[in-house]
Amino acid sequence: MSFLSVRNLSVRLKNGPPLLRRVSLDVAAGEVRGLVGESGAGKSMIGKAVLGILPPSVEITEGEIFVGGTDLLRLPPRESRRRIGASCALIPQDPLTALNPSHRIGPQITNRLVDILGWTRSAAEARARDLLAEVQIADPARVLRSYPHELSGGMRQRILIASAFAAEPKLIVADEPTTALDVTVQKQILKLIAGMQARHGTALLFVTHDLGVVSKVCQRLSVLYSGMVVEDSTVADFFAAPRHPYSAALLAAMPKYTDPDAGLHPVPDAEIDAVRAEVTAFDRRAARG
Amino acid sequence: MLDGRSMIRRRAGLRLWLSAGWLGALGAAALLAPWIAPHDPLAQDLFLGRMPPFWVAGAEPGYWLGTDSLGRDVLSRILYGARVALLVALAAGGISCLVGATLGLLAGFLRGWFDMIISRLIDIWMAFPPVLFAILLIAVLGPGLVSIIIAVVVIDWTRFARVVRSEAMLQGVMDYVASARVAGAGRIGTMIREVLPNVLPTIVVLLTLEMGIAVIVEAILSFVNLSISTDDPTWGGMIAEGRTSIHQAWWVLVFPLIALFLTVLAFSQLGEGLKDRFDPVLR
Repeated sequence: MSFLSVRNLSVRLKNGPPLLRRVSLDVAAGEVRGLVGESGAGKSMIGKAVLGILPPSVEITEGEIFVGGTDLLRLPPRESRRRIGASCALIPQDPLTALNPSHRIGPQITNRLVDILGWTRSAAEARARDLLAEVQIADPARVLRSYPHELSGGMRQRILIASAFAAEPKLIVADEPTTALDVTVQKQILKLIAGMQARHGTALLFVTHDLGVVSKVCQRLSVLYSGMVVEDSTVADFFAAPRHPYSAALLAAMPKYTDPDAGLHPVPDAEIDAVRAEVTAFDRRAARG
Repeated sequence: MLDGRSMIRRRAGLRLWLSAGWLGALGAAALLAPWIAPHDPLAQDLFLGRMPPFWVAGAEPGYWLGTDSLGRDVLSRILYGARVALLVALAAGGISCLVGATLGLLAGFLRGWFDMIISRLIDIWMAFPPVLFAILLIAVLGPGLVSIIIAVVVIDWTRFARVVRSEAMLQGVMDYVASARVAGAGRIGTMIREVLPNVLPTIVVLLTLEMGIAVIVEAILSFVNLSISTDDPTWGGMIAEGRTSIHQAWWVLVFPLIALFLTVLAFSQLGEGLKDRFDPVLR
């Protein structure tokens, strides 16, 4: 079985509309899976469900989330939290709010290792220095003593990446890690994540709305529309011949930077209507039970 | 090096030192009142009634800020009054901060049913007119120092709860809280270690403001004679007495008023100064 296996996961707003509709996906050990879709398709929601950080306003109505072969949803909360902490990590979207403004960088990386995983303080500090060097931060000792607001956005994202890899997790959820950054920095950060992932052999669930990013870092991908997985295939197959008409239209809508005269091709209304009809049909089936 | 940052720091520093200086001096004077007060604050001498302060012709040597209509020394009474004012400020401000900030933090961070209860409670509480509420409370509890402190806490905890709740809600949705949770930290642990430090600057500002407010509330209550026993000198009591003889002896009213004004101002400026100095984001 894959390291992460999400089975028929449904999530909805409490007493409200569904947000995820029987989502299934797998991430094998050391594999990178892209998770693409429009804004509001539920990409981030899957990552949050896996990491147990869904907002209190939503609830899981059915499904299983297997991490390392154990269904997290069947465990008592404390135990599932411990497992997530020991084997998973998050690279958040916005580096500006993902570091605590009141604490120095050093403790933010090391405290988790010391308090939750029981490392010694000196081992954790050495580890933090090594990691910052690995994400190509020039003066790790100074950066570890800094407060977040003293560092640039790109620098903070590097720190967050280093911090995510600190405890050698088996799985990292990267929630649009380059969206909040300048285009010039995005490329470096992507390269960095891909490099770190390859060196550490970590499984990666890469949430993004940028198919270009998927083609660079992922091996497999899931296309999401309105909380429903419409396509699940390898990246090579997807870019060669997408199976679902919606994902084909999505692929066609990718801007082609090599040909400035190609123009933009938004997803046609017909495809949207078709995939919406699928969602409606799904909801009707679900309502019937 | 005169960039904007260092200018801000210097201004903040001056504000902090002036306000802390006044409060420190007042605190020391209040503590040492039995030793440094020139006279017994209760000693009456009708032959020495309504003596003006030292720079006015006809002043009595040794009575620096003059005497009231019963011949009691104004300076000594202000020093003893500072004891009551500061005690109320510290105790009432501190306890309402502790109660209000704790409830607000829990409500804003945990949300759910706890937040519902606290929020409705705040709404109901705020519908009472505060001064009437205080007078009612004192009437029930009976006058006295402890009653004043209880009254201020009961009325003003909502001030903290309201602001800290919204601030905790704001911080609670930040990604660093999510990261801490993913790492395996518990809810209360995350609240204390991740959220509280970011709410603390706000709490400090509120606390110092509340201390100022407590001083005013105490003055109002002693002005309407609902504070501690009428014998003990309080600033509000002195202002009330001075009011009746404002045309003959302005100093009986003006000096406690100045002390009250400076103290309340110093408390609010202390909060802003501390925030400018210790908030890592502003620093």
